[in-house]
Amino acid sequence: MTNKPHPLSMASLPGLDKRYRAEKRFKFAGVLAVFSSLAFLGFLIVAIALKSAGAFQTYEVEILVKKEKYLELRDQPFIFLQSTMRYNLSGVVNGQAMREAVNMVVDGAEIDLLDHIENLQQNTRADGLGSYSVWVTLSNRVVSALSKQDIGTNLTARQQAWVEGWVANNKVRQRFNVGFLTNGDSRDPERAGIGSALVGSAFMLLVCMVLSFGVGILAAIYLEEFAPKNKYTVFLEVNINNLATVPSIIFGLLGLSVFLNLFGLPRSAAIVGGMVLALMTMPTIIIASRLALQSVPLSIREAAFSVGASPLQTVFHHVLPLALPGMLTGTILGMARAIGETAPLLMIGMLAFIVEAPDNIFDPASVLPVQIFLWAESPERGFEEKTAAAIIVLLAFLLVMNLTAIILRKKLEKKW
Amino acid sequence: MLFNALVKYSFVAMAIIIGFSASMYADEGDQVRVVGSSTVYPFSTVVAERFGRASRFKTPIIESTGTGGGFKLFCSGVGKNTVDITNASRAILPSERTMCVENGVRNIIEVKVGYDGIVLVHDRNAQHFSITTRDIFLALAETIPDGRGGFVSNDNTMWSDVNPAFPSVTIEVLGPPPTSGTRDAFIELAMETGCKTYRSIITLEHSNPSRFKKICQTIRDDGAYIEAGENDNLIIQKLTSNENALGIVGFSFLNQNIDRVRAVSINGINPSFAAIAEGSYIISRPLFFYVKGEKIGFTKSLMPFVEAFLDKAATGEDGYLTYRGLVPMSAVEHQRYKHAVRKAMNSVGEVP
Repeated sequence: MTNKPHPLSMASLPGLDKRYRAEKRFKFAGVLAVFSSLAFLGFLIVAIALKSAGAFQTYEVEILVKKEKYLELRDQPFIFLQSTMRYNLSGVVNGQAMREAVNMVVDGAEIDLLDHIENLQQNTRADGLGSYSVWVTLSNRVVSALSKQDIGTNLTARQQAWVEGWVANNKVRQRFNVGFLTNGDSRDPERAGIGSALVGSAFMLLVCMVLSFGVGILAAIYLEEFAPKNKYTVFLEVNINNLATVPSIIFGLLGLSVFLNLFGLPRSAAIVGGMVLALMTMPTIIIASRLALQSVPLSIREAAFSVGASPLQTVFHHVLPLALPGMLTGTILGMARAIGETAPLLMIGMLAFIVEAPDNIFDPASVLPVQIFLWAESPERGFEEKTAAAIIVLLAFLLVMNLTAIILRKKLEKKW
Repeated sequence: MLFNALVKYSFVAMAIIIGFSASMYADEGDQVRVVGSSTVYPFSTVVAERFGRASRFKTPIIESTGTGGGFKLFCSGVGKNTVDITNASRAILPSERTMCVENGVRNIIEVKVGYDGIVLVHDRNAQHFSITTRDIFLALAETIPDGRGGFVSNDNTMWSDVNPAFPSVTIEVLGPPPTSGTRDAFIELAMETGCKTYRSIITLEHSNPSRFKKICQTIRDDGAYIEAGENDNLIIQKLTSNENALGIVGFSFLNQNIDRVRAVSINGINPSFAAIAEGSYIISRPLFFYVKGEKIGFTKSLMPFVEAFLDKAATGEDGYLTYRGLVPMSAVEHQRYKHAVRKAMNSVGEVP
């Protein structure tokens, strides 16, 4: 650039090169800003994705259970597990070895064992050999040793020998962790899943959507099309704009004191969460909807009036259909913010250990961001990858919602 | 027009769904609600999860609100939407009991879960020494008495500065950060006890409580106390590479790493299951939960849940909670508690 002669000579325009340099500097700073933000985002996503890899896989081991032991010990689950492990592993001679043996499989494996065998009895009754074979999830410690090829660090010599024996005899299998998407919360990372949280999030979003979309759009139509322009409506408008910037935790406090204490709605329920989030997203929806209504040209309204439509008919038959894509876009973006919100939910008792998925909106429910928060706090090592995987799922959710909003806007919005 | 119809129908559909689920809003009488201490939370959740999986009842819901916050919710009434159980890392205070009674909560059944012990450990090969709570205070507090009635900022850098009988190695203590309940308990049980061995400080407790708190509860931040994160495993790993360092960990971690670390005895008592359970080891506290007697007839799964908690397989001497770090009661105490609680529950349960 610099050695090419410029059409305007430098001599005739003093300071031109200086201004060009300023422009270059600005461009450089801009590119740097874009790249650094992209780099941060990329780093975040790659780091999370790498961490989450293990969460989608599960390792199982085939355990043999003697039928007579099952019949004898099924009322004492833990002793049943101990005897089963002694049967399956060699060298379980003392208390320490027993502890190590039990630690090979996921905590609470005795309930899995009993459950499997009971179902087997009901369904098949096929085995005539006097023993059941049950696939049981391996403990996280063994899995990390298996997948990272560093058997030595986490396991004792005895456990290493057992793992190697299992692998040599093809007793270990690896498969996709369906449980992660269907199970509820658990204190054992091997068993924890986001199934309940997904259902809870869906219920909460449903409540939030119905309330905020319904009320928000009605408010926007009234304010934009029917309300007189006086100091009261201006005051209202200022307040709505202010409300959109109120920190979300405040809405949580409001929910606690009004919905829980005054109305007596149940704690940790999706309905209260949805109501709180609806309050939070409503201002955003009102503002977006009013902008959408404003963008409908006056000529449409005049045309409707000229053929004798009433104001109500004009709005509902002509203006609203044209403004709806914009309104929906605003709503979806509001919902996308609501689904990732945690702070207000902490106040209304949703930060709790809730295992079962809710049956309806009044049941205690866990939601995705709260689940992530709970797992991130858990001391067990295996929750690290579960946390990352749950974040990936939440990000995927958000991506889908934002994409929908973009597509809606591109496809349906009319340019005047 | 398409959108108009779409919106209309989706509204109708949502109204139907909401109405439907509202009609299914049965009373919540089948699910136990637990609130309270974050120290008991990890044990409570494990029992709840197993209870939910092994029985036909729903899994109890457990919130970690802290002991004080738990009592507030617990004592707020006996209605349908109130909690059934609150976890506590201390016994209920008289003021909390009064608050409960004022709101109609009269039958409060106390259940001891076990104990929470905190130990000071160091590498197995390190030079063993026995320590007193006063030594702990002198080594770790930010301000210490100067011996002339006033206070100076702590400049002890060697253990031999604290007590000439100790080896002259640098004071290096790895412990949990301020967010941790373990640290709160350590401050309350070890630091404050050591602090109160000075008469001048005891008088301060009444004359100037805030100054007392500041002196007894502030840990020095000049590098002698190293915040090593909430993960006790990490602390143990660091200890094995540094013979001079001490670590503050939960008792269960000592138990699981007995091949790597050794406990320092405190006030002459070596931490053991027995010493913690009988209270002679000073840095330990009992853990409780309180059951609302009024809800026993109402919440069907409440009594079975408490039974599951008191089962030998859970809180017994070799129960699964010991794997999670609980110091269990002795078999005798466990048995006694179990009977007492069962009796109390039955006597309340008869009156609907």
